[in-house]
Amino acid sequence: MTNILIIAGKEIQEGLRNRWVLATTLLLAALALTLSFLGSAPTGNVGVNRLDVTIVSLSSLTIFLVPLIALLLSHDAVVGESERGTMLLLLSYPVGRNEVIFGKFVGHLAILAFATLCGYGAAAVALVVTGAEVGPESWIAFASMVGYSILLGAIFLAIGYLMSTLASERSTAGGIAIGIWLFFVLIYDMALLGGLVAAQGHAVPPLLLDLLLIANPTDVYRLLNLGSGSAGALSGLGGIAENSRLSAPVLTAALVIWTALPLGVANLIFSRREA
Amino acid sequence: MMMTVEIAGVSKRYGKLHAVKDVAFGLNTGETVALVGHNGAGKTTLIKLMLGLIRPTDGHVRVLGEDPAHGDFAVRQRLGYLPESVSFHLALTGRETLSFYARLKRVDLASTDSLFERVGLAPEAVDRPVRTYSKGMRQRLGLAQALLGEPRVLLLDEPTSGLDPALRRSFYDLIADLRDRGATVMLSSHALTELEGRADRVIIVNRGVKIADGSLDELRRIARLPTRVSVRLADDGPAPAWANGGSHWRRTGQLLEADVSPEDKIGLLHDITANPDRLAALTVAEPTLDELYAHFLSGQERP
Repeated sequence: MTNILIIAGKEIQEGLRNRWVLATTLLLAALALTLSFLGSAPTGNVGVNRLDVTIVSLSSLTIFLVPLIALLLSHDAVVGESERGTMLLLLSYPVGRNEVIFGKFVGHLAILAFATLCGYGAAAVALVVTGAEVGPESWIAFASMVGYSILLGAIFLAIGYLMSTLASERSTAGGIAIGIWLFFVLIYDMALLGGLVAAQGHAVPPLLLDLLLIANPTDVYRLLNLGSGSAGALSGLGGIAENSRLSAPVLTAALVIWTALPLGVANLIFSRREA
Repeated sequence: MMMTVEIAGVSKRYGKLHAVKDVAFGLNTGETVALVGHNGAGKTTLIKLMLGLIRPTDGHVRVLGEDPAHGDFAVRQRLGYLPESVSFHLALTGRETLSFYARLKRVDLASTDSLFERVGLAPEAVDRPVRTYSKGMRQRLGLAQALLGEPRVLLLDEPTSGLDPALRRSFYDLIADLRDRGATVMLSSHALTELEGRADRVIIVNRGVKIADGSLDELRRIARLPTRVSVRLADDGPAPAWANGGSHWRRTGQLLEADVSPEDKIGLLHDITANPDRLAALTVAEPTLDELYAHFLSGQERP
């Protein structure tokens, strides 16, 4: 356990030193602030809670940006160290290979969590300062949105590590990471939408739709944050979520499995390998 | 003397490639052993086996009485390793780098300052990022991390390649110091030349096979390489009587040359110098370490 914390601490130290932490925090804060002010402008005083509008826009931002940041952080984690020659020295120390993977994961997740909390927190603080009235349910929804955003980041960190252990070169890992981002964030939903249109109104079996939604972590994230409450009404995703039998605990469990599975496989492959 | 590293009948295959074939040797406390061979001869594979980074296909490896590839790696706490062309995380400073490794080895962070001093890394360089370091400074930092926690066994993979002669000398001084403290030092090298007087023992490997093992003097005795004797005569007269003896002399003008086997050498020199008036110059060239190395390598080529 101590070794995991030591390695996590070094990852954070490096993240601070090469300005990863600063850059992601500033990027997320700048976009969150822009969205929360732009997003609240058209609604004026029609009674929609301004924080709910912010949740909808920040969720959409998260789906694009957080997986990208996570993959950029993680795709290099194993293959990059092997290529630079630092992995060999690290493995000659009294550390297990699983401790190396989990240590890096904890460190990168801490960087991502810090950036998300600060960035999105800045948006919330800005809303309060400008005098918006926010009910307690909206605060709970906002907090869970931030929590799920970090969990979404954890998933793509884990997927990135898996790529990083499988790839034999850094450039390959980078290319695969971009491909994975494109697939889950853009292509999958377009294909799903295309499929539904092609079905021409024939009812898609609910179980199949549920499976298709769970097969993409960004869709699970969407359902969790935009599928219920006033956010659901605003985003228009409430309709899908109501027809779906996927409850919040099931969806959360799906996200946890999406993290554990790639991380576990990456750990298994890395432990079996000889260097 | 106690055996710290034992390698018994060890082979390592990567698919079809036979990186190490049935190698056996033991290393003792207070011994400096050089592992010599060409690039790709299996030196790094042997070091990785001793570190437990890879597992042997056959045979077994024991370091300080334990199998380094199994268990909780506790044995690695008493091992120091300097990889070939060592590299570090460039964004961190030398002190941060060494502190990170010290934490992993559970070594008191206060000891790092004296380590920097011991390897000769200047105090003003210690707090600069590793990115700004020269090759020699990186190598010093690499040695500093290998020395963390007073290791009982040190494995140094080509520690002096790319270092200037002054640095090289201070490097070997450090190694001698460690040996005096009772550590086992194994260093790999691709040449014998710089090891004279510095390694107690030399193990030569070629194509994954151990082809020689012993001190340099022992290796010289085994190799029985001839000594080259050249004599310049003072006059153009006929060759002296000793030139018609057992050795084969080549004559070009006043210069006589012969390769003499070790047991004939003393007697022949006695004959030659018996009549010093006829000699203008006398040179005795002992076989160089490169020739010794080439001898063992070529000995293996002949099946």
